[in-house]
Amino acid sequence: MSGPLTPSQTVGPFFGVGLPYEKGEQVVAPGSAGVIRIEGQVLDGNGDPVPDALLEIWQPATGFGRARTDSEGAFSFWTTKPGAMPAPDGRVQAPHLNVTVFARGLLRHLVTRMYFPNEPDANATDPVLNLVEPARRETLIATNSGGVLHFDVRLQGEGETVFFAI
Amino acid sequence: MSEDEREPPYLYPDYVGTRLRAPAKPLVHLPDGFHDFPAPLFPRPIGKLDHDLTRQHGGEPIGERIIVTGRVLDSDGRPLRKTIVEVWQANAAGRYLDQDDQHPAPLDPNFSGAGRCLTDDDGRYRFITIKPGAYPWKNHRNAWRPAHIHFSLFGSEFRSRLVTQMYFSGDPLMPRDPILQSIPDQAGRERLVSRFDPETTVPEWALAYQWDIVLRGRAATPFEHEP
Ligand SMILES: [Fe+2]
Repeated sequence: MSGPLTPSQTVGPFFGVGLPYEKGEQVVAPGSAGVIRIEGQVLDGNGDPVPDALLEIWQPATGFGRARTDSEGAFSFWTTKPGAMPAPDGRVQAPHLNVTVFARGLLRHLVTRMYFPNEPDANATDPVLNLVEPARRETLIATNSGGVLHFDVRLQGEGETVFFAI
Repeated sequence: MSEDEREPPYLYPDYVGTRLRAPAKPLVHLPDGFHDFPAPLFPRPIGKLDHDLTRQHGGEPIGERIIVTGRVLDSDGRPLRKTIVEVWQANAAGRYLDQDDQHPAPLDPNFSGAGRCLTDDDGRYRFITIKPGAYPWKNHRNAWRPAHIHFSLFGSEFRSRLVTQMYFSGDPLMPRDPILQSIPDQAGRERLVSRFDPETTVPEWALAYQWDIVLRGRAATPFEHEP
């Protein structure tokens, strides 16, 4: 028997030597068919940028990306949009990406989802969005500005992003 | 204790960095199964020498050469085969090769401090490196991190993802370190402490430390016998 789980610890401030890799933010190359660009910012409880965070996006249908935030707390990804997918209970989930957030000051990582703004019908019936109190749902849905999807992660306070227990 | 209660809380005020970054609202629980899907597929190849942090430059790094090895298991004790393990660490003087590290200790031109490997068929990983130094941080007056190696693992399931730190048995800084002490129970803290491993040492060459890692598995058990 191996016993209980190994506990989590923060990724710390110096993960830059180990985790980011070249073009990690490109799940698909810019210019590929169907590519979408996602831009966002990670913000703390004061609304200040978090310059030492690492984000991972993952969807089995589209692939894995990893990007750190810059000195402005900003990150970006290039990926493609997944389709709707079945939920374990047989319902249908709206297209979304799983987003994992690591940072100095996070003793455990956080898991959230990014949904797509041009899917109002699918989002309205999505079983996960429907578990979230209506006023907070918009924290999970990207906004479209000039063809770029914008998705901020607010760790704490006003407009706090919805995070899911794992 | 539940799985959750064994983990560090998000808000742990003694670790000052948590105060403005811990979510204030409770996490939203999804029904069983919603997070049961495979772990990310790491999109980069692993080089043959990526596990050896002492051979990434023209010369050898300064420091005490060590072998760090152990098994990656799921909570039922099954080995996780061919799973990626990523590590990063400070050099022997306690300095990271990171622009943001301002600790006035020397950089080592022969040490970058990052490695990767895949576990073998027994779930075993193995790194060759040097023992990292303690380093100061500004959390409180005269705060020093105990020597540690950062680990990142994917496992087989999305739920398995783990980023953590491995410590060294007997380090007097551990009881004073709010990051390690954020883990609520002593048994949990001890699970992050490697043990000196005389059997794996190599005479005239390297000391060795052993540390096993246990990852979360699926939340829902599928029914095996449908009527
Ligand atoms: Fe560290």
